Amino acid sequence: MSTAIALAGNPNSGKTTLFNALTGARQHVGNYPGVTVEKKQGTCISESGEFSVVDLPGTYSLSAYSLEEVVARDYLVNEKPAMIVNIIDASNLERNLYLSVQFMEMGVPITIALNMMDVAQKRGMQIDIKKLSSLLNIPIIPTVARSGKGKKQLLQTIADNVNHTIKPLTISYGQDIDSALDQMESIIREKQFLTSKYRPRWTALKFLENDQQIIELGTMENQATVLLLEAIVKKVTSHLNATLDIHPEGMIADQRYGFINSILKQNVIQFHQDRNRLQLSDQIDKVVTNRFIGPIIMIAILLGLYNFTFTYSEIPVGWFESFFEYIAGVADSALPEGLLKSLIISGMIDGVGGVLGFVPLIMFMFMGIAFLEDTGYLARMSFMLDRIFRMFGLHGSSVMAFIVSGGIAGGCAVPGVMATRTLKSPKERLATLLTVPFMNCGAKLPVYALLVAAFFADNKANVMLLITLISWVGALLVAKLLRSTVIKGESTPFVMELPPYRMPTLKGLLIHTWERTFQYIKKAGTVILGISIVLWAMMTFPNLNADQIKTFEDRKSTIASSQDLVQIQTLTESQLSPQKLAMKDQLTKIDMEQAQAALKNSIAGRIGTSLEGLTKFAGFDWRTNIALVGGFAAKEVVVSTLGTAYSLGEVDVEETSSLSQRLATAKGWGPITAFSLIIFTIFYAPCFVTVVCIAKETGSWKWAAFSVIFNTVLAFSLSVIFYQVGSAILT
Amino acid sequence: MNLRQMKVNQTGKIVSVKASDELGRRLRDMGLIPGKEIKIQGRAPLYDPVSIRIMGFTLTLRNNEADFIEVEV
Repeated sequence: MSTAIALAGNPNSGKTTLFNALTGARQHVGNYPGVTVEKKQGTCISESGEFSVVDLPGTYSLSAYSLEEVVARDYLVNEKPAMIVNIIDASNLERNLYLSVQFMEMGVPITIALNMMDVAQKRGMQIDIKKLSSLLNIPIIPTVARSGKGKKQLLQTIADNVNHTIKPLTISYGQDIDSALDQMESIIREKQFLTSKYRPRWTALKFLENDQQIIELGTMENQATVLLLEAIVKKVTSHLNATLDIHPEGMIADQRYGFINSILKQNVIQFHQDRNRLQLSDQIDKVVTNRFIGPIIMIAILLGLYNFTFTYSEIPVGWFESFFEYIAGVADSALPEGLLKSLIISGMIDGVGGVLGFVPLIMFMFMGIAFLEDTGYLARMSFMLDRIFRMFGLHGSSVMAFIVSGGIAGGCAVPGVMATRTLKSPKERLATLLTVPFMNCGAKLPVYALLVAAFFADNKANVMLLITLISWVGALLVAKLLRSTVIKGESTPFVMELPPYRMPTLKGLLIHTWERTFQYIKKAGTVILGISIVLWAMMTFPNLNADQIKTFEDRKSTIASSQDLVQIQTLTESQLSPQKLAMKDQLTKIDMEQAQAALKNSIAGRIGTSLEGLTKFAGFDWRTNIALVGGFAAKEVVVSTLGTAYSLGEVDVEETSSLSQRLATAKGWGPITAFSLIIFTIFYAPCFVTVVCIAKETGSWKWAAFSVIFNTVLAFSLSVIFYQVGSAILT
Repeated sequence: MNLRQMKVNQTGKIVSVKASDELGRRLRDMGLIPGKEIKIQGRAPLYDPVSIRIMGFTLTLRNNEADFIEVEV
């Protein structure tokens, strides 16, 4: 049987590195039930036995303020791992022990892995491990997770200590609190209040700390006892307030640090250098966060990340594309004409291709961001940009998601939505992931290019710049709007560590990238494939009826005899006589008209047509409407669908000049209509792949539905206002 | 004086932390408690947030969060 161990510790303590060192490739990532916090599990087989390892989210404390803390604490209480391995950054001992003390107060079994011993030594720190271990009465093993040093000894120590009984730590928090704790403890024991899960004294401590989670749990179990306990808390609170001007929470924290200090002072730690001496990391910060050079370096790094994600991934994206084109080609020649063929090629192969087409992008994005995060630069970026993003109810870290989504035109909202994982503040994260789809992703660009070429050919660059500005300003203002309405609330405290710069390990980067990419394929992939088939059906069914098809067939047969048809279909253009070539052109034209009629007749077409009465206020006729419905599959589909709707056949998104000429002269089109459509395209519902990702990242389809409805209503309102005002001014 | 008013490279000792609830908890979790020595490490390009050195590591917080921290310089 394997022994269950849980890794816990501060962020940046090397926890994940140790997890990777222990489990290697035998690990997988999931989510904790009901929340979006990642749960990493793995197995470790060693001489000391087999261990099942869980990597708990990194936390500084065990209060219940952040989701990470709740998850970590619940896991320890509910799953009762045989041992908690508390990873501590030796170079930052004092603060790291604050969490250890809380584990000891809980009375859970812990072993300390004193990590980054090499860094501590380099900084002139000397730690007397034996002494610390005996003072805390906890086994402590020095480790260097990056090199795997100390791993063997750690596992052996865990195996040796698994069945030892634990004596919970009791700290004195001062006379007032201690006596309140005694009183509360006896009440809790007597009433058996929450005792099946928590130690009585710990429950009492949490009441004094005003821990909402425990108070809620208690209220569900026994409200009378809660009132009894709260009365004691109230008394001691007002007493402390009056005498020492302090809250019990503050007092408890002070005493915990006091306890740590009293231990460290017993010659456990010696500094051979001034501990606040500027390290290499601080020297780098002097340059990198400098008022003038800092922002320039940041822009360069953002551009670098952008290029890395979108330029280098082009090569594998190309492989995927040609692979799927090849498969589609095989299917095309092997299958008979008809619905099945259309389903397999347009529904399934395109669908799977659509899912996997994003894979290289997601891989490169996660790789790039993991690099910036692990080196510590991401924290600096939040530090520098927070002032700006905070004005809109966002967080300094929001910038990454915006850039990846197309803040620099040409990104993609799918990796952009996923990039919000680096944001630890829940409200700011939600507001970010709901607004990043307004950015100009690569798929919207062909739509803009088409319209700009047709109506703003003289001002191409200016109009494109204007589009970028509108999407940024729009996204930030909408974020502000959301944060003052549906995601209202105080901003999450910024209080954030700037970890020392570190070189990430390649192994860590690769594992991180692979896991997240695989998660996307597994979780989002199936839903995306399903929806792409539904969209295919919407654009295909119902078919034209037999009479309508016969009308088109009849027209074709008046142009060419069946003999001519065979010749036209089998021979290449150079082999055909000029007369036959003309015939072919006419036939193609009829085919395109038929495609247009079929599209108009389909469900999507009917939706588009029925909405014309409404959308005419924004200047859109049924053709534009169908194209926009198609754009839900992927924004570039707007272009190809417009092509079909204007009887031009399927227009290649790379080559739109025929369509833009057609639009420039089409009835109902002009610069106002075109710009109204541009505005609509910026703001309306994200493509469904993004919508699926929003659902997966927020853990709720409610927000996915919200983004579809809210964005479309917003886009429509803006387009109508623009179109009506614009038309009024011009006439 | 409070932490917001401190200049870069200035050092001081925390006298009190007046924040409560989540912010108060976060500040204490990071070791911002009375008696601790701090040093202003730097400020962001727009002067906010501020980064400080405490217990040998670097911490950043917004100016409106720094307002809650009284320091004796």
